Amino acid sequence: MSVRMRQAGWYRAGFYMIIAAAFSVFVTWFVRMLYGHDRFAHFLDAESCVIVGMIALPLAFLVGLGCFDYWFYWASGKPTRPEDHSSHGATSWKDYFRPNTDHKVIGIQYTVHSFFFLFVGGLMAMLMRAELAQPGRQFVDSNTFNGLFSVHASILIFLFIIPVFAGLANFVLPLMIGAPDMAFPRLNALSFWLLPCAGVLMLASFFAPGGSFASGWTAYAPLSTTAPLGQMFFTIAVQFAGASSIATALNFLVTIITMRAPGMSFFRMPLLAWANFSTSLLVVIATPFIAASQFFVLLDYTLGFHFFDADAGGDPLMYQHVFWFYSHPAVYIMMLPGFGIISEVLSVKSRKPIFGYRMMAFSLLAIVVLGFTVWAHHMFVSGMQSWIRIPMMVTTAIIAVPTGIKIFSWLATLWRGVLRLDTPMLFALGFLTMFTCGGISGVMLAMVPLDIHVSDTYFIVAHIHYVLFGGSLFTIFAGVYYWFPKMTGRMFDERLGKLHFWMTFVFFNATFAPMHIIGVNGMPRRVADYADEFATWNLVISLASFGLGLSTLIFAYNMIASWRGGARAAANPWRALTLEWQVSSPPPVFNFDQVPTVVGGPYEYGVPGAVHGIFGPGAPAEARPTPAGTHAQPPTAE
Amino acid sequence: MGEESTRAEVDPLGGRGGRRTIRQMVVVGLIASALGIALGLVIDWFPTNGSTQADKIDTFWDVLIICSVPVFVLVTTVVLFAVRDFRMRPGQEHLDGPPIHGNTKLEVVWTAVPAVMLVALCTYAFITLHDIEKAPAAGIERQITVTGQQFTWQFTYNEGGKKFTTAQLYVPKDESVKFNIQTRDVLHDFWVPAWRMKIDAVPGIQTHYRVTPTRLGNYPVVCAELCGLGHAFMRQTAHVLSREDFDAWVKKVTAPAPSAAAGGAGGGGGSSAAVDAKALFVQGDANTGAPGCGSCHKLADAGTTGGVGPDLDTVLKGKDEAFIRQSILQPDAVIAPGFQGGIMPGNFAQLLSQGQVDALVKYLEEVAAK
Repeated sequence: MSVRMRQAGWYRAGFYMIIAAAFSVFVTWFVRMLYGHDRFAHFLDAESCVIVGMIALPLAFLVGLGCFDYWFYWASGKPTRPEDHSSHGATSWKDYFRPNTDHKVIGIQYTVHSFFFLFVGGLMAMLMRAELAQPGRQFVDSNTFNGLFSVHASILIFLFIIPVFAGLANFVLPLMIGAPDMAFPRLNALSFWLLPCAGVLMLASFFAPGGSFASGWTAYAPLSTTAPLGQMFFTIAVQFAGASSIATALNFLVTIITMRAPGMSFFRMPLLAWANFSTSLLVVIATPFIAASQFFVLLDYTLGFHFFDADAGGDPLMYQHVFWFYSHPAVYIMMLPGFGIISEVLSVKSRKPIFGYRMMAFSLLAIVVLGFTVWAHHMFVSGMQSWIRIPMMVTTAIIAVPTGIKIFSWLATLWRGVLRLDTPMLFALGFLTMFTCGGISGVMLAMVPLDIHVSDTYFIVAHIHYVLFGGSLFTIFAGVYYWFPKMTGRMFDERLGKLHFWMTFVFFNATFAPMHIIGVNGMPRRVADYADEFATWNLVISLASFGLGLSTLIFAYNMIASWRGGARAAANPWRALTLEWQVSSPPPVFNFDQVPTVVGGPYEYGVPGAVHGIFGPGAPAEARPTPAGTHAQPPTAE
Repeated sequence: MGEESTRAEVDPLGGRGGRRTIRQMVVVGLIASALGIALGLVIDWFPTNGSTQADKIDTFWDVLIICSVPVFVLVTTVVLFAVRDFRMRPGQEHLDGPPIHGNTKLEVVWTAVPAVMLVALCTYAFITLHDIEKAPAAGIERQITVTGQQFTWQFTYNEGGKKFTTAQLYVPKDESVKFNIQTRDVLHDFWVPAWRMKIDAVPGIQTHYRVTPTRLGNYPVVCAELCGLGHAFMRQTAHVLSREDFDAWVKKVTAPAPSAAAGGAGGGGGSSAAVDAKALFVQGDANTGAPGCGSCHKLADAGTTGGVGPDLDTVLKGKDEAFIRQSILQPDAVIAPGFQGGIMPGNFAQLLSQGQVDALVKYLEEVAAK
């Protein structure tokens, strides 16, 4: 037993967490004693213990699990264990439950973990729709309801969409650019294990006295700074999720910049690599701002700093500016990787090169830059300085231009291709239409006069779900189906996949399209109860949403059953050119037995004999200059 | 679009995707756009149009519909035609499309055209925004201070030098009103959907907007910014009256009512006999801003129909004086089944004088005993 306590692992993690709990109680008690306060009369009063514990326990868990072992040995001058790569790969399911430095294992850890939270967050949506099916109070009281929509949004944003993209890219991206792994494998493992800490904190908030955090995922001050203890679970969980995002983004940036295979110039990279490069730039620059905003809330709440207390000289609008300076770019963090996935799927499934490759890459960078200039469009009715609305309206409208370039280029990619209408392609086409809808309502919302009427109504709820569900989630489904053979070595059930798509597509629209109508008609969002005139539509929405919930069960069944017993996948079932399909399914432990040399663009479909990368001695010493996107026909590779 | 991309020399698709397809697509697209726009304009999207601002915003919405539908139709039509004409047929399993890498002319077009359209829309939005926010050309504008608190609104008037506060919003028709919005606690958002305008109530500052109501009637006042437990129930009513009715209402409120003590806001004990409890129940106290009970509670005797809190005709049946007093001063002490605590303001002890509370309790006790 004592050996287990000393070895990195779950036993040591549990042991350290007990120590951390004791430490939290002792430290709070000691500091309070220094200030002359009494000990706590009742353990429920011991909020400060809980808050210190919320920071100490996850850290103790990470240390106990061994995420920091190498760095601790190195820092203390002890001999570090040289990486013998023995931990690479996963031979049993247990290998997924310990820190692993193999990017493919981490990719699967990320993806499966994220989908678990998709189901948890989705279940909360079902509860909300059950309550909203009729006006009046039926299932939950308004405190629980406010908690449900707050946790629903926070979980799906911070523990599903952002990390699932990081997970898919973690698996695919090093393979795509011809790298043996990510640049910082240990940091990669730590990035993943920060996420369960955030997830457990957010879910645990429901057990806090006073209920879970209930001020929305936006946590606007001063509602959040005066809320019950549950709010702190959000505040601190966001720090862990944010740290995870930043670490992963740094890892992607360094990997993409330094670890591309010979001949893989930036303009020969698949667009997924471009998309993750752009996303990582956004994450690295923007995420510290939400960390800051939540630290302000933490200090306001616990220590009375009064950053946002107007009576003490604070400024509630400041919170919104700092918050949205992250949270608007976050919308692109949740969308750009999806753009990358769609470019891969559409090109391969249309058997045509991506139309306008360079513009596709530049439009990503344009979105990154413009994405930082539009945040205050979330604040048109916040009471901020009124002149700011005009430039923010213009930049918000202009950001539709690079997005439009992408949509039109995808359409041109389809044109005259030979379309394989299988599950990944269906989701990609569904994305094209649904995301256009979300984009259009986005431009409408950018227009200040209309936004004044519809902000904080169900129109916003409809818009955000057309962008994040019809947009992001459709690309996630497309990506998961597309790379499922590569990740698991098995084929998924195509018939179930198509059924999943059609159910999702129909019920998605039946759920969210009517929200546009009730929103413009005057139903505010974030309410447990509403005026009787909205009852019919709400019942329709609730029934459709249950159908939408059921459709995800088909997906879950398909994934689990196919992973266990699907047909073996060939190395390259889609006849794709990008490098990840040139190795076996699943890939070898170290990705490439021979380092590939890249000799052409990634999407040269229809060019006779074109290849993207060459393996082995046949590869020329120097890659030939045939970048994608030049409008000339690339010379045929031998 | 797509015209230029059909230039590939080799055509393995047997003519599909040629000019004929594009002609069909244009026709289908135009018809679908026309139908979509018609549908978008026929749908009754908005609540009652009750102000000059609403006129402009509703027109703006129509323009947005006219611009948006064709964009959606364009994308959908291209996807559907691509699926119809270019999907893989049996025997094409190893066929690839033509290696078209791009078309500079086309890319310039689909960058420039949306940019021009969006700048035009922004210009129109700017003009509309200017129109709905500009001050009336002549005359003194009525100013009403709106104060949000968890979970009710109060409205402070200054009519002919007389200041008073009520829990119900009354405005005259066809006169511009400037609302100065503030809050006692967290963020709220003052929104009358029929007037379309909204803005947050922000601690520490005053925010503003103006409307010119154009239609008589009663419209809901809604809090649009999440403000806590009772956010969904933070509803009141805006009454739009004719000028004469409004003047009469002002007169009634400001007249030294039989209820008010001689000194006005002085309140104090000893005047309980003079308090008109029923009026207090319905309207609240204008001097201190105490909201009227009737805006949330139903009570047949007073003729109120509020549905936010418990129906007092049933919950007070047979209750004694102590219970009623406690329910007014400490509303969370006993919660009626099916309702929850934390929604009714807990500051009536400060907003009402001892005499007023006594009168209210006496009145409710009498009603309950009936």
